[in-house]
Amino acid sequence: MRTIHFTLNDEAVSAQAAEHHSIVDVLRDRFDLFGARESCAQGLCGCCTVLVDGTAVSGCLYLAAFVDGKTVTTIEGLAQNGKLTPIQEAFLETGATQCGFCTPGFVLMAGQLLAAHPDPDDEEIRHYLSGNLCRCAAYPEIIAAVKLAAGKLRAGRL
Amino acid sequence: MATRTIGSGQVGRSVPRLEGAAKVTGRAEYVHNIRLPKMLIGKIFRSTVAQGRIKSLDVSAARALPGVYRVVTIDDVKTVIPNPLYGPAFHDQPILADGKVHYIGEPVAVVLATDPYIAEAAASLIEAEYEELPAVFDEIEAMTSAAVVHDELRPAGTFPDLKHLKGKKNTNIALDFHLRRGDPGKAFAEADHVFEHTFRSQQVLHLPLEPFVSAAELTETGLTIHTASQSPSFVRIEIARLLGWPENKVRVKVPYLGGGFGAKLYIKLEAMVAALTLLTRRPVKISLTMEEQFYTLTKHAATFRIKSAIKNGRITGRDCEVWWNGGAYADIGPRITQKSGFTAPGPYDIDNVSIDSYSLYTNLTPAGALRGFGIPQLVWAYESHTDMMARALKLDPVEFRRNNILRDGRAQATGTAMKDAAIEAVLDRLALRMNMKAPFDHGGGTVKRGRGIAIGFKASISPTTSIAIVNVAADGSVTLYCSTVDMGQGSDTANAQLVAEVLNIPAESIKVVHPDTDVTPYDMATLGSRSLYHMGHAVRLAAEDAKAKLAALAREVGVPEGANVPVAELFQKKYKMQAGNIIGTGSYIPSYVPPDANGLTPEATPFWMVGGTGAEVEVDTETGHVRVTKLINVADVGRPVNPRIVETQLSGAAVMQFGFTMQEKIELDGGQITNASFADYKIPSIVDIPPVMQNEAVESEQGSGPFGAKGVGESGTFGVSPAIANAIEDACGVRLTELPLTAEKVYRALRAAQGKPLEE
Repeated sequence: MRTIHFTLNDEAVSAQAAEHHSIVDVLRDRFDLFGARESCAQGLCGCCTVLVDGTAVSGCLYLAAFVDGKTVTTIEGLAQNGKLTPIQEAFLETGATQCGFCTPGFVLMAGQLLAAHPDPDDEEIRHYLSGNLCRCAAYPEIIAAVKLAAGKLRAGRL
Repeated sequence: MATRTIGSGQVGRSVPRLEGAAKVTGRAEYVHNIRLPKMLIGKIFRSTVAQGRIKSLDVSAARALPGVYRVVTIDDVKTVIPNPLYGPAFHDQPILADGKVHYIGEPVAVVLATDPYIAEAAASLIEAEYEELPAVFDEIEAMTSAAVVHDELRPAGTFPDLKHLKGKKNTNIALDFHLRRGDPGKAFAEADHVFEHTFRSQQVLHLPLEPFVSAAELTETGLTIHTASQSPSFVRIEIARLLGWPENKVRVKVPYLGGGFGAKLYIKLEAMVAALTLLTRRPVKISLTMEEQFYTLTKHAATFRIKSAIKNGRITGRDCEVWWNGGAYADIGPRITQKSGFTAPGPYDIDNVSIDSYSLYTNLTPAGALRGFGIPQLVWAYESHTDMMARALKLDPVEFRRNNILRDGRAQATGTAMKDAAIEAVLDRLALRMNMKAPFDHGGGTVKRGRGIAIGFKASISPTTSIAIVNVAADGSVTLYCSTVDMGQGSDTANAQLVAEVLNIPAESIKVVHPDTDVTPYDMATLGSRSLYHMGHAVRLAAEDAKAKLAALAREVGVPEGANVPVAELFQKKYKMQAGNIIGTGSYIPSYVPPDANGLTPEATPFWMVGGTGAEVEVDTETGHVRVTKLINVADVGRPVNPRIVETQLSGAAVMQFGFTMQEKIELDGGQITNASFADYKIPSIVDIPPVMQNEAVESEQGSGPFGAKGVGESGTFGVSPAIANAIEDACGVRLTELPLTAEKVYRALRAAQGKPLEE
């Protein structure tokens, strides 16, 4: 066990973590944050996505020790004071969530996509989100959500 | 999809999911999130042989690992549950292997520790020795194999039609269903043409992204089980039976599910965590890994031999033989064998029919229902067969179907008259949207193009019961209590819309209480697209009951009929303060007549689901690679309660079946699954889906349904596989009869057609 210090959803925190603990273990067991979920445990489904220093990583494979001194953002850190982000609103409005288990990963990856490509086409969206799986297969609605969110974000910047 | 609202305008409106905000913020509640005080984590040690006697089990090294609380075997389980066999159709599945193992991956022992890493490390230290016995994996071989999976059949007492199987020995046939109607022999003798083909569906599985997970805890009053289950009422009754307890000592709570698709039904981990909690007197949670889902439940692999008599372009006779590979434990397989088996001749008007449908035990992971309850396996065969016959007879595939489909009032194979089944409307809309009348560019060079259609139907499983409670509080706010499980299909939202429609209030204002058997009343289960119809009726009746009681309250406090007095004032007038409740209840079970000795019944089902798919493909004849460029799904869902959710259900179901059609397959080596991970077993991702996907619910109304509605969760799966296989033949002239439709299979077929077959 060692103590790690990091910034979690804008708050300075510290936690005990063993060498083999992933960031998903620590978020779940020490901080009651369940939005990053271990599903395939191989970094193939994206359900465990979190942002480390602003970059999306597979939290099930990312050792907690590596976030020492870094900034971690989870799905729970996006909405401020209960106000959804434009991407979250877009997922709601397009029906891009069914069982909801994969949704946090898609929302976080969509954020990263739109930061890099503010006006993505279908191909870019598919390529960027190919590392996230949705067994309910809400893929057409997810593509629509990303496009809607892109419009909302562009409008917000005007 | 057009919005058609009625009455209060709550039904027919695309209400956003009630729980949408919780899901996009990661705050939605799943069993995955459950953590209980002093909770132990269980990790399972599994069999490595397909059929064998356990000679010895050495748990000493596991027990000695620091941090291990306890290692549990079947002998321990029997101290708290003396007869630890469960199952919905047969009581054949033990909580842990008892003397024998029947498939690779079967649970043999459980390690308990507070630290999951320690439990997992300890489980890998357990050693078992087996005396291996002959095993059988193929459903056809299982019919006659010397290897017999179970020594004796043990049907559950709940199904009268299984009683004759009790105690039967030396057989792998868990259920044989036979239907005879008319005189098929005569039809075949008098036919212009006879066609016979055999098709196979491969073994695939559900793989919800939230793998199976259950937790149990002892309370002052009994046992509470938190479980990702589609059937909380069944779990309560079955656990109570295993423990010899009254139902009210077992509490089953189900929050949202991270997907289900038919996997999370009946007993999966619930009996195991119940036994472990009773043994340790501590809460126990077991969360399976993605790999372990492959050792828990699959969809039935199936072989279907279908033979048709054709006279003057009409199908006059049909023989169907279906063999369902049920794996090592029956689960719900015998029900699929019968209740989907009777639709094996397809949505066609055929006077002379015989059906023989067999549920078989094999030494594989047990098989159960998967989004269609066996229907996709049947449609795969009969709609490939339909297309092959039309092609051989040089008949237009749409017209050949139109000349033979079942129309309202005509009797289906069971003798039950079709009612409110929009088969022709689905066929028409599909043909129109696929533009089947227009000439088609089949491409040139090495890339060939083709198109195909397929239609299928399903009978709702009957008879089943749903009960609901609607509670109006003193301020007029409304809460719905029901045991339907929202696993992503949007049932909370749809049920709220039904209540809202009756009470004329916004659906968004209604609270839906999640299944909790201490609080929410009985429901058979969330399966087979039954909930919107059955629970929908119960919910509607409960809301109507509440409405009638509100009217009675108004009369009682002297409010004239038709006066627009707020509900809160009625309570205020009666109780002199904000107090009281109005409780409305509703209960629904459709009428049903069991089949006679010939499999015939005038009332096989309360409603029919109809679904069809059209596909356009490009086949690269140099590689066999198939690209599906367009997928159109059309279904009869009755009147859509929530058009947006209906569309996403059709689309999601079609994509799931698309994965089963193009890429998914459990690979086996001597009964050992060799691709049990997302690295090797590829489900569809966002890059795999066809570039053009359209979904449509035809104009229709289920006369007997709540506000004209019926279920929609499975209909999008029906036609996908045969539509694509039909399109492949249209493109390049080769016919595949076994799923999945891989590039290798297409290329081998192309080479064989050229007289240059590849070596195996």
